[in-house]
Amino acid sequence: MKFLRLMPGRGEVVLAEGDPRLSEDEERLIDEFRNQLDSGMWAAVPTMDGSTGRREALMVRDYGEIPDGTERVIFFPRAAGG
Amino acid sequence: MSTLAFVVVALVAAALATFVVASRVRAHAARRSAERQERRRRRRAPRMDPGTERRAERRARALLRSIVNRDEWEMYRDLGFIRVIGRNAVDGTSAGAYCYLIYPHKPIVAYLPGSNSLMSEYCVEFPDHEERVYGPKLPDSDDVLAKWMMIRADEEDLIKRANMHLPGRQVDPQQVRRDLWRLKVWERDRRARREQQGPPQAAVGA
Repeated sequence: MKFLRLMPGRGEVVLAEGDPRLSEDEERLIDEFRNQLDSGMWAAVPTMDGSTGRREALMVRDYGEIPDGTERVIFFPRAAGG
Repeated sequence: MSTLAFVVVALVAAALATFVVASRVRAHAARRSAERQERRRRRRAPRMDPGTERRAERRARALLRSIVNRDEWEMYRDLGFIRVIGRNAVDGTSAGAYCYLIYPHKPIVAYLPGSNSLMSEYCVEFPDHEERVYGPKLPDSDDVLAKWMMIRADEEDLIKRANMHLPGRQVDPQQVRRDLWRLKVWERDRRARREQQGPPQAAVGA
């Protein structure tokens, strides 16, 4: 699983990468997930609707909400009224 | 008497000249000092690579392409925006009772697909205030991706957070109508191309 962050002037940046089935990797991923949410980011997981094959997205507010088998979690700044 | 007057006038003139020259020298010194400080500030400032934004946008486009649906990517590539059907108001024909147009760094425009009536603008941004060098704006395609993910994942929350305005506040309604017309032509051409190509190979063989 990869944690990517959308950043001005850079595009996406890989924050962390690891296999969540390995406890060492999982701890690192959990720490990074918390860091990002604490610094004001939101997290979304790209998903696919099994019945239609359409691509969707899921907002996650906790590491435990990340679906099994997720390959990428995208962090981006919180929405604000423009 | 005339000699005394001459001496006095000469002294006054000399004093005035000294004052003028001194003030000019001071101004010149101040200017040189300001120029030196400016040169020092420029040397210390991070050098901006002019290709940085283009590279960031290229990466953002590749990421967007890998996440959104193929038709949505092609729409963005060809037209510069993505049309998303509102999740909460799908009607019996599955055409959607309302749709959104997602533009980069512009408000999301909601409209009725049947009549192409514009409903509202939802002004929303994703500013990254931690970024000091490049400013708070995401690359165009990352802005579109963030809006797309929010609409697909939690449309109601996005709408709640956005500032809602009547159409025409930031996006020109004429431009939106032209874009809707371009979208209609684009979809018609795409359908025609698919019909020309015929059914997929498996279906032909079946």
